[in-house]
Amino acid sequence: MGRIVLENVTKSFGETEVIPPLNLTIEDGEFAVFVGPSGCGKSTLLRLIAGLEDCTSGAIKIDGNDVTKVPPSKRGLAMVFQSYALYPHMTVRKNIAFPLRMAGMDQSDIDARVDQAAKVLNLDAYLDRKPGQLSGGQRQRVAIGRAIVREPAAFLFDEPLSNLDAALRVGMRMEISELHNKLETTMIYVTHDQVEAMTMANKIVVLQAGVIEQVGSPLELYRTPRNKFVAGFIGSPKMNFIEGDAAQKLGAHSVGIRPEHIDVVEANGQWQGTVGVAEHLGSDTFFHIHNTGLAETLTVRAIGDISLTHGDTIHLNPRADEMHRFGADGLRIA
Amino acid sequence: MAIVAQHTKFSKIAWPILAWLVALIFFFPIAYMVMTSFKTDADAVKPEMLFSFTPTLENYANMTENYDYWRFATNSIITSVAATIFTLVVAVPCAYAMAFNPSRGTKDILMWMLSTKMLPAAAVLYPMIFLTKSVGLYDTHFLIVMVLSLINLPIAIWMLFTYFKDIPKDIIEAGQMDGLTTWGEVREILIPLAWGGIASTALLVFIFCWNEAYWTVRLTTTEAATLSKLIEGNRAPEGLFFGRLSAVSTAAVGPIVVLGWFCQKQLVQGLTFGAVK
Repeated sequence: MGRIVLENVTKSFGETEVIPPLNLTIEDGEFAVFVGPSGCGKSTLLRLIAGLEDCTSGAIKIDGNDVTKVPPSKRGLAMVFQSYALYPHMTVRKNIAFPLRMAGMDQSDIDARVDQAAKVLNLDAYLDRKPGQLSGGQRQRVAIGRAIVREPAAFLFDEPLSNLDAALRVGMRMEISELHNKLETTMIYVTHDQVEAMTMANKIVVLQAGVIEQVGSPLELYRTPRNKFVAGFIGSPKMNFIEGDAAQKLGAHSVGIRPEHIDVVEANGQWQGTVGVAEHLGSDTFFHIHNTGLAETLTVRAIGDISLTHGDTIHLNPRADEMHRFGADGLRIA
Repeated sequence: MAIVAQHTKFSKIAWPILAWLVALIFFFPIAYMVMTSFKTDADAVKPEMLFSFTPTLENYANMTENYDYWRFATNSIITSVAATIFTLVVAVPCAYAMAFNPSRGTKDILMWMLSTKMLPAAAVLYPMIFLTKSVGLYDTHFLIVMVLSLINLPIAIWMLFTYFKDIPKDIIEAGQMDGLTTWGEVREILIPLAWGGIASTALLVFIFCWNEAYWTVRLTTTEAATLSKLIEGNRAPEGLFFGRLSAVSTAAVGPIVVLGWFCQKQLVQGLTFGAVK
């Protein structure tokens, strides 16, 4: 079990309020991702749940028990740190066994659990090595192993993949998702990378300046962003925003449309402009278009290879039903 | 290429020569002292006998038989070991707290501790003597241990603080998540990870304690007198008894030189204050 409820939680460092009153529920078995730009308070929020920081006010409940004043190790949570935070003087086996040894478990039970975790994470061959002799990906697996053996109510991941190279990151992303499917344990995952958020989460919590901007499934956030911030943050490449008179004509203070929702046509398009940069990926083509009279640069994603290049005139048809309209306050107009 | 080759050739010859020269200059006083300790007091002052003399163990025999060398040596060992242990027992938790739970005042406290090293010792000499005599602590092991510890605490805390700062806070926090108590963090993480730093600190503090003369000479008479006091006692205003003085000095610095020889690596690490690792 691992249902985590935050009730009016706040956090201040001295005079600075990092997290204004915040309410959030993470259901048992959910994969929740906290995402937002750096400094938005997502890591602080995770540390509050872990117990590594004290709440200034409010309550944190795990499975109905108030753990606000409970020390980290007694909350039944396990954390994986960005820096892996392995004990460099211990072998992999001892690292993974450490929380169990601290809990006073029998050596035979410890060995059984460590061996099982090592098997799940493909670490069997490395159990007698020290962390310094492992690659980044292997170290991250050891850190996950140390979390798994505790059989926690929930896993907390603090940007666990940001120290890995791009190829490894994609692999580890899959492994963590598979682990979640296998264990069905609650996971809370902090990242600034919206691609990680979209690919892994059941529930995304978008934060800005300590405030929750929106909570929802990846596709809910993609299809119906509550405000301009979420609309701009979720989705890659970023949503295009049309402001001013052009937006007024379309009936809003500003209008957002995703690059993949603008079709490239041969002639007589509703919009037209000049191709600035064309990125040909084979499967897709990204155009960065100027002189549209709508926005400084309009990004368009076209399927397949379209042979327009720099300086060419391009004709476009936006899909009217995929446009997002926002009011002056930045909120979505239904 | 030619210039590079020349340059390398020059460095290969010149640098070792320079290094040896400097080493010899530094080593000469010690060599001189050791040689003099094997001369009679009469021979010791004759310039023509600087290198050619008939070695004698008279001074050493005299030292152990008449001056009770072993008592002074025992006192030096007891006070230096006890003061080193006490210093570490106070400094490790102190540096731990400042490295991992710093408050706004931590930096100021560190600077303040170092500033105590700037206090002229002579300024508090007489108050110290009167005070310790009036409470009956004068010439006791306890007093010397306390004084040595207090003198060395700032430097020990600074050194340990620098070493502990290098340990990522994440590892300590991982320990907290895994169920470590504060004492557990120190025992399971801090000490194993900073072992080299703690050893260097202990070694330096021990050497400083052993070499301390200002307070040990002035706050002791016989009971707690250390080897510094023995050397001081053999100093004659007329400059006589050089042989005897040299024997006492050699016997006093001998153990620490040997210790330093075996622990060169740790010492260099300690003296560079954790900057080179």
